[in-house]
Amino acid sequence: MQDDAALLSISGLRLSYGATEVLKGLDLEARRGEMTFIIGPSGSGKSSLLRCCNRLEEPSAGRILIAGEDITKPGANLNRIRRRIGMVFQSFNLYPHMTAAGNVRLALQKVLKKSRSEADAIAMAQLDRVGLSGHAHQYPAQLSGGQQQRVAIARALALEPAIMLFDEPTSALDPELVGEVLKVMRALKDDGMTMVVVSHEMRFARSAADQVVFIAEGRIVETGPPEQIFENPQVQRTRDFVAQAEH
Amino acid sequence: MDALITQFFNLEIMLKAWPMMLRGLGMTVLLCLAVIPLGLAGGLIVALASTSSSRAVRWTTAILVDIFRAVPPLALLIFISAGLPFAGIRLSPFAAVCLSFFLNNSAYYGEIIRAGIESIGDGQRQAARSTGLTALQTQAYVVLPQAIRNVLPDLVSNTIEVVKLTSLASVVAFAELLYSAEMARSVTYNASPIVMAALMYLALLWPAVRFASSLEHKLKS
Amino acid sequence: MSRTEVFLDTFFNAAVMRQYLPDIIDGFFVTCQIAILVVVSGLGLGLVLAIVRSFRISAINAPLIVFVDVLRSLPPLVLILILYFGLPNIGVLLSGYIVLWLVLTLVLAAFAEEIFWAGILSVNAGQWQAARSTGMGYLQTLIYVILPQAVRLTIAPLTNRTIAITKNTALGMVIGVGELLNQATTAQSFAGNATPMMMATVAYLILFVPVVYLGRWIETRFAWKHA
Repeated sequence: MQDDAALLSISGLRLSYGATEVLKGLDLEARRGEMTFIIGPSGSGKSSLLRCCNRLEEPSAGRILIAGEDITKPGANLNRIRRRIGMVFQSFNLYPHMTAAGNVRLALQKVLKKSRSEADAIAMAQLDRVGLSGHAHQYPAQLSGGQQQRVAIARALALEPAIMLFDEPTSALDPELVGEVLKVMRALKDDGMTMVVVSHEMRFARSAADQVVFIAEGRIVETGPPEQIFENPQVQRTRDFVAQAEH
Repeated sequence: MDALITQFFNLEIMLKAWPMMLRGLGMTVLLCLAVIPLGLAGGLIVALASTSSSRAVRWTTAILVDIFRAVPPLALLIFISAGLPFAGIRLSPFAAVCLSFFLNNSAYYGEIIRAGIESIGDGQRQAARSTGLTALQTQAYVVLPQAIRNVLPDLVSNTIEVVKLTSLASVVAFAELLYSAEMARSVTYNASPIVMAALMYLALLWPAVRFASSLEHKLKS
Repeated sequence: MSRTEVFLDTFFNAAVMRQYLPDIIDGFFVTCQIAILVVVSGLGLGLVLAIVRSFRISAINAPLIVFVDVLRSLPPLVLILILYFGLPNIGVLLSGYIVLWLVLTLVLAAFAEEIFWAGILSVNAGQWQAARSTGMGYLQTLIYVILPQAVRLTIAPLTNRTIAITKNTALGMVIGVGELLNQATTAQSFAGNATPMMMATVAYLILFVPVVYLGRWIETRFAWKHA
C-alpha cells in the first residue's frame, strides 16, 4: 500500500536508448502540494525521468503511479493521463502559428471538447494568472522568452493538472528574464500545486523546494530537504556537486 | 517579318479558333480542378506515410515515390492510356489523365509536405502530446499548419508545374487547351492557334510564377 | 488463360521482348544523349545568364527577366509544337531532335538562371567587399569567391529541377524523335502488346532512379535549414 500523500510514485524505473541505459532503477515519491526539485550534472538523466512520467519516453522497466493510477501498465489511456500531467519545456515549444490565447485554447477545445467561448474564458483566466492577460492576442514571436515560458505554463495549467512537471524551465532564458518565471512557479506552489522541477536554479531550490533529489549517472544519489542537500549533504558526491554548482 | 506575323500571329485565324480555344481553356481549368486537389490529397497521405513510425510503411512509400518520380509523366500517362487496354483495362482519356497525374503528383507533393513535416522540431509534438492531444490531432492542428507554411513556396511552384503538365493530356486526345490549339493548327496549317494557347498559358501562369517568386523571397528574408 | 497468365503475356511477353529489345536500346541511348546535351547546355546557359544578370544593367536585365518568366510559365510541349510546326512555314527547317534539345535547353536555362541568381544574392555582401578590397576584379570575385558559396545553396533545388526537365525528353515522342518513349509506343502498336511499354518503363527506372537517389543524397547533405 502506497503512502497516501504521494501523488507521484516511481519505483524501479529504467530507461534505455539502444544499448545505453540512461536510468538505472529509480525510486522516487513526490508528495501532494510539495515541490520536488531534481538536480544533477547534465546527462545524468533528469530530463529523461520527467519525460517518462508523461510517457513521452517509454521506460524499459519499472512502475509510475500518479494519484494511485499506474500509467505504465499496458493499455493505459495515455491521452487521458497526459492531460492530468502538465509539462513545461526548456524551449517553451509554443505553437508559433497560434496566438498566446490560441496556444492555451487548443487542448481545451480538442481534448476536453469545450466550446470556443468556454475555452476562451479559461485561457484568459490562466493567462491572467501568469500576468499575461494583456498579451493574449500576440504571437509567440512577439513575446520575450520569459513571457513565452509563462504562456507555456498557462497552457499546461488550463487543463487543471494534478501535477506539473518543469523541464529546465529557465535555462533557455536570458538572466534578466529568469525571475518572472520563478515568481510564477512560486505562486503556483503557494496555491498548493504539486510540482516536479528539473533545474539548475540552486538558489530557488534552496528557498522554494520541499524535497531535493540529486541524480547522477541515472541513479539517485541522495534525497532530502533542501537544508540537508545544500548545507549538510550525506554523500561525498552530493557535496562535490553542490560546492561546484554554487560557485 | 510579314511571314512571321501571318504564320505566328495571324489575327484572322486566331479569331476563328477563339471559341474552340475557349472551350479548351475551360477543359484545362476543369482538369486542374480535378488533379490539383487529388494530388494534394495524395501528397498528404504520402507525407504521413513517409513519416510513419512503421519502417515497412516508410520503405514501401519511399520506393513508390521514387518510381513515380523517375518515370516521365508522359510515359506514365501513355502506359495507362495505351498500355493498360492490352490487359483489358480501358479508361476514358479524362480518367487516364487523372490517374496518371494522381500517381505522379502525389509523389511530388508528398516529398514537399514531408520536408515540411520534418522541418518541425520534436518539441512541438511533445508539447502537444503532453496536453493530451492524440497523434492525429497533433498532426492536424500543430504540425501540419506549420509544415505547410514552411513549404508554401514549394507547394505553389509545384502547383504551377501541375498546371503546365495538364498540356500532356493533349497527347491522349483529351480536348484541353493545347489539344484544341493543335486541332486548329492542323486544319489551318498555321502555328497561330498554338501561339494563342501559349498566350493563354502565360496569362494564367505568369502572375502565379511572380507570386511564387515573391513568396519565396518573403519566407527566406 | 488465367488472370496471371494474361497479365504476364500482356506486360512481360518474352518473344516481344526479344524482338523489340534493339529498338528499346536504341531509344534508350537517344534519350541519354539528349538528356546529357540538355543538362550541359541548359546549366551552362543558365549560369551565363545569371552572371550577366549580376551586372545589373537594366537594358539587358529587363528582357532577360521576361525571357526567364515566359519559359518558366509555358508548358514545354507548347514551345515544342510552336517551333516544330511553325518554323518550317517561315523557311526554317529544324529536325525534331534539334527542336527538343533547343526547347529543353532554354527551359532548363531559365530555371537554372533563377536558382543561380538566388544563390548569388544569398551570399553576404561582406564577401564582395572583402574580395574587392584585396584588389580582385568583379568577375574574379564572382568566380572565385561568390559562386563557390552560392553553389552550396543552389545544388539541391538545381538537381531536382534538372531531373524534372530531363524527363521531358519523353516529349520528343510527339514530334517523332526516336527516343525511348517513341520507340516503345511504336513497338507497342506493331506488336499489339504492352510489353515494349513495360520495357521502356524499366529503362526509365534504370536511367532516373540513380539520379533521383543522387538528388535525395545531395538534398540531405546540403539541406536548407527551415525554421
